[in-house]
Amino acid sequence: MPAFWHWYVAAGTIAFVVWCIWLIQWAGKQGPQNVADNEVVGHVWDGDLKEWNNPAPRWWLYLYFLTIAWAVGFMIAYPGLGGFKGLLGWSQHGQYEEEMQAAESRYEPIYERYAAMSFDDLRKEPDAMQLGASLYASYCTTCHGSDARGATGYPNLTDNDWLWGSSEEAITTSIRQGRMGVMPVLAPALGGDAGIDNMVAYVKSLSGLAEADANAMSAEPMFLALCSACHTAAGTGNPLFGAPNLTDDIWLHGGSDDAIRTTITHGRNDVMPAHGELLGADRSKILAAYIASLSQRQ
Amino acid sequence: MRHETIEKSLHLMMVLIVVAISIGGLVEIIPLMFSADTSEPAENITPYPPLRLAGRDIYVREGCYNCHSQMIRPFRSETERYGPYTTAGETVYDRPFQFGSKRTGPDLARVGARYSDDWHRLHLMNPRDLVPESNMPGYPWLAENAVDGELIARKLKALRFLGDPYTDEQVAGAAAAVEGRTEMDALIAYLQGLGTNRRNRR
Repeated sequence: MPAFWHWYVAAGTIAFVVWCIWLIQWAGKQGPQNVADNEVVGHVWDGDLKEWNNPAPRWWLYLYFLTIAWAVGFMIAYPGLGGFKGLLGWSQHGQYEEEMQAAESRYEPIYERYAAMSFDDLRKEPDAMQLGASLYASYCTTCHGSDARGATGYPNLTDNDWLWGSSEEAITTSIRQGRMGVMPVLAPALGGDAGIDNMVAYVKSLSGLAEADANAMSAEPMFLALCSACHTAAGTGNPLFGAPNLTDDIWLHGGSDDAIRTTITHGRNDVMPAHGELLGADRSKILAAYIASLSQRQ
Repeated sequence: MRHETIEKSLHLMMVLIVVAISIGGLVEIIPLMFSADTSEPAENITPYPPLRLAGRDIYVREGCYNCHSQMIRPFRSETERYGPYTTAGETVYDRPFQFGSKRTGPDLARVGARYSDDWHRLHLMNPRDLVPESNMPGYPWLAENAVDGELIARKLKALRFLGDPYTDEQVAGAAAAVEGRTEMDALIAYLQGLGTNRRNRR
């Protein structure tokens, strides 16, 4: 900001304080010597109700001067007069840095201790798990739910079924780098509605939701050609691609005919956003241990 | 008895009231208009592209600011949850500011890239599909309304008149940039851009 504006702010602020002092002197009348007996302002209500023209009470006047003194003291101690930084050297930015440093010196030793611990030991540490629960509440509930049971398209974290693997490394990578689960659009390759219906029937038959009848089995060669690369020939999925296991009763996008048909026809683009920059390494590890523990409880 | 001079003269009193209440604005607001911190864009801050501009106006129209702030204050409790605190240079192209004053929902100043586009689409249709405890209303009609390309081009011109550095190509291509997009697309594009000027989110 150009220097002129610093002077402008300082001059405007001081002038206003001086004006406040002058105004009370000019307009008021102080001291008992100024009280005229029975002086009234001249208004009359209800026939006999009149208003005395007395000076403001002393205590009230002193409060007025006290606020002015407070303002002067504030402007000396804190930044307020243009470019003058104040004798205390306070700044909003400085206060924030202090708060962050205080938190770091308090919490960093705790995080360091947890960072050195193994995944299994962390899960047995109640304080670490409480920390993990807080991190989960802040960062994960919007998609995976406050009960961690997920939503359609957002995995349940309590069922011990892992799209991308359950190792410490796999869960931590999911948190820090995020994941992209891509199911390609397969409608054109399946040749019309009949082909899609057969494939839906075949997929359902893998987990016993439907009978593996002739229609369903007619889609098997197509499944081996198109789907097995990610879901494997047996349909058990592949954590390298985040391809779901199709032989269990867990359905990320729903297990109804319509939901499976939509998945096959339009594909899916599932995104787990990267949280590494938000959380850092130590918090990610604690959070991963907490998330792993959710399945252990079941 | 000199206070009577003011109290019994309506015009003098009006003039003095205006002086008294404007001094704060004169001293606190006007200098900010000449400060680089508040009037020049922060790094990576550019005028809103057409689709995001349309989304910003839907955000205002639907009253999102009534429940969501876009102002992360410099406190640890806020920066831990939302990311780095908001600086003045990040909002130079916001007319009006979307600071908000109430957080029924979370702050959105750095919500960009926190969730996927699909998440936003599902959540805007019916928030309880994803967050059972949510009391945010659904906005399903946004998916049915098309963005008016003609109007966006005029808005870009108006903002350029006010000093936002849009190029001729941006103004000429504005209608094409929102062609066939719904209000839902626009709002999601706006939300996904919020706060992404800072690469380092801590």
